[in-house]
Parts: sequence; C-alpha cells; structure tokens
Amino acid sequence: MSASLEEASAAVADAARSPDPMRTTPCRVRRVLRETADTFTLVLEPPGGSLGFAPGQFDMLYAFGAGEVPISISGDPGVPEVLVHTIRAVGSVTRMMQRLRPGDRVGVRGPFGTSWPVDLAHGHDVVVIAGGIGLAPLRPALLHLLAHRGLYGRLVLLYGARTPKDILFPRDLREWRGRFDVAVEVTVDRASPDWQGAVGVVTRLVDRAPFDPGSTLGLVCGPEVMIRFAVAALERRGVPSSEIHVSLERNMKCAVGLCGHCQMGPVFVCRDGPVFPYERVRPFFGLREV
Amino acid sequence: MSVETFEKILAEHPFFEGMRAEHVATLAGCVSNVKFDQGDYLFREGQPADRFYVVRFGRVTVETFAPTRGSIAIETVDAGDVLGWSWLFPPYKWHFDARAMTLVRAFALDGVCLRGKCERDPALGYELMRRFAQVIVSRLEATQLQLLDLYVSQP
Repeated sequence: MSASLEEASAAVADAARSPDPMRTTPCRVRRVLRETADTFTLVLEPPGGSLGFAPGQFDMLYAFGAGEVPISISGDPGVPEVLVHTIRAVGSVTRMMQRLRPGDRVGVRGPFGTSWPVDLAHGHDVVVIAGGIGLAPLRPALLHLLAHRGLYGRLVLLYGARTPKDILFPRDLREWRGRFDVAVEVTVDRASPDWQGAVGVVTRLVDRAPFDPGSTLGLVCGPEVMIRFAVAALERRGVPSSEIHVSLERNMKCAVGLCGHCQMGPVFVCRDGPVFPYERVRPFFGLREV
Repeated sequence: MSVETFEKILAEHPFFEGMRAEHVATLAGCVSNVKFDQGDYLFREGQPADRFYVVRFGRVTVETFAPTRGSIAIETVDAGDVLGWSWLFPPYKWHFDARAMTLVRAFALDGVCLRGKCERDPALGYELMRRFAQVIVSRLEATQLQLLDLYVSQP
C-alpha cells in the first residue's frame, strides 16, 4: 500500500470495529494467501480483536482510494482474532485488494446479514452444496459443523469447480477427506488430462450422496442457476424445500437495507439475507428481471 | 454368480427400483459380470452399441476426441451409476468413448438380447425406455449447466 493510502486509512481512525454500521474500521493485513489464479484470501487483524461473526455473514471491505465491496467471511468462527475473507479479483476494487501485502490496511464494516441456520440441524444430517467461490461463505459453516461434530448426523460436502486449478481451499478439502465423519465429493466441469477426480456438474453428486432426505438440512451457495438446479436435485431426493437454505449475492452497497441496490422484490439481500430459507426467495429464481 | 444373484442385486439397484419382478428376471437373464483394468475402454465412439453397464466398483470417464485437443472428459460415472443408452436407439452406435479411470467392475447387460425381448414385451420396452429417458434428461441438464460455464469470472 502506498504512503498516501496509509494516510487515508489512518484518517479513518478507530481502535475497534465500530458499532456504527456506516463507519469503517481500518484493519491490518496479516497475510495474503493465493488460492487460485484470480482468487485470494486476506487475513486481517481487527484493532482490539474481532467482534465475532456468524457463519454466512459478510463484511464491507474498503480498499482505500478505490471503493468498497461486500465480501463473505470465510474464516473460522472459532478463531475470532482474525477476519478472513476470500475474494475473487473481478473488478477494480478487488483487483486492487489483490495487490495488498502484509502490513497494508483495509477498511472493514460489519459483520452484516443473516447466517446459516446450523443450529436447526442439531440431530439431523447436513448437506452442503457449493459451486465455485460459493465455497467461501460456506467454509465458516463447515468449520463450525466440524468443531461441533457430535451435534449433527451425517455431514456431506458436495463441491463443484470450473477446473481442477479453480478448486478453492484444497488443504481444507484434503483434511476433511481424511476424516471419517464427513463425506466430501469434489467435481469439476472441465478436467485436465491429469485429473483423476470426478467430472460433471455438482448437482449430479446429489443423487448418490449419503444422507437421509427426511432428516436433512441443505445449505447451498453458488451461481444462482446452480442453486436452482441444486435445490431441484435435493427436492428430487426428497429433501423438503423448507429445509433448504441458500445464500444470494447482489449488488450490496450500504449493507444496512437503506440504499436499495440489493433489493429483490420485498427483500433487501444485505439486511434480510444473504442467507435465506429457499422458500422465501423461490419466486424470484424463475424471473427474468426483478 | 447365479442368475438368482444377478436378479437380487438388480432388484435392489435404484435404477431398477419398482420394476416388475418378471422384468427384473428377464434382465438378469441378459447379465454378465465384467472387469476392466485402468485405461481399458468399455466402448469407443462409433462402435456398435450392444450393451449397457451397471457400474459396481470404480470410476469411468466418458470422453470425446477432438483433433489437436485429444480426449476431452465430459463426465465421470461411478459405482451405482448406469452407463450407456445408445444400445436402445438406432443406429445403435456409441456416441462417446468410455474409459476406466480405475479398476472397474460392472454388470454388462446385453442390449441386442434386450432389444429383442422389448419387441416381444412392450411393457418391458416401455419400462426401460422410461428409465433411460430419465438418464438422458439428467445428462442433458448437466450439459446445459456445463455449457453455461457458471463459475467463470463475471465483473
């Protein structure tokens, strides 16, 4: 980060994450992890420690001098000392964030939004379906489920990526696959010749995944078309739509339900979401324009 | 493995779930046990499609070949899946290659034998057509999603 940006970040003075949701708090970058060619993870140190977050919530990250973007929290809710965000560099702000180095600062507002209802799944099976970078907002839920493994029935992760090189969190996936208490299936849409794993869309994994449809909570995140097909696959298996929750992504700007940029019919994704019971947002999935 | 054993295993397979017992018995009369080593082809594009497989162990990749690009994997088929529907529709030729990615054990069901039985028993023909139509629909749905290239970066 340049000196001028350091000065700018210092100007946004706050010693702890602010209780004012519109006020950004500068956080020091502790580490930058390269995940894939266009995706990276920022590990941030909030001054005075994190206020904590619930799995599925998001923060507004501010690259000083560039702008602010909504980013899901991808860290471990059991490790609140750091704030972890996994980001795909697709626009000017996120590309600037990709150039951050340890010691630089990022403004943070949050956490915002609803969370994955993991407590509803006590005693039941949990099926987590993630597509592409959709694994990032589900990672905190997975880490929570694994940390409280005894409270749940069977745990299944079905993850689809574009190519083997686009697979997020490969270390986590290897570790989880090594456990005997979680079923992890990874598939890619386009395989390289050396890929020995599954090829095909993630929704096809649902048919043979080991869970009891009558006692299962489904958590789904990814591109909306993928969500629609994943929900349909869960319903075909017999999971009631009332037991399926999805995380949506919209053009969130204020994060507190004021500006209306993320409005979808009667709901504000930033305030009422991003995690919704599927039945609440089902009517919008088939619409060409909301 | 006896015909009775084939019959029992087929009856318990999700693909044949709910099928009338006499139809399962008919299928069991057309089954053989097959094994493929890693790298073996179960079938090649353009060859006569005279059977289908119920994969019991291992992983098969369904591929197509493009000059200058080589073999392109379209999907993989795993234990529990049914592989191959070209035996049921003219011109009875495979549309893709299928290669064993691992050691593969499967039931092979004789398509020529079954086509004859379907001609004589339209109810069996309808049952098989209905179940394979579902396989084809599922394959088309998957292809639709793959074509959308959903995970590509979009600013």
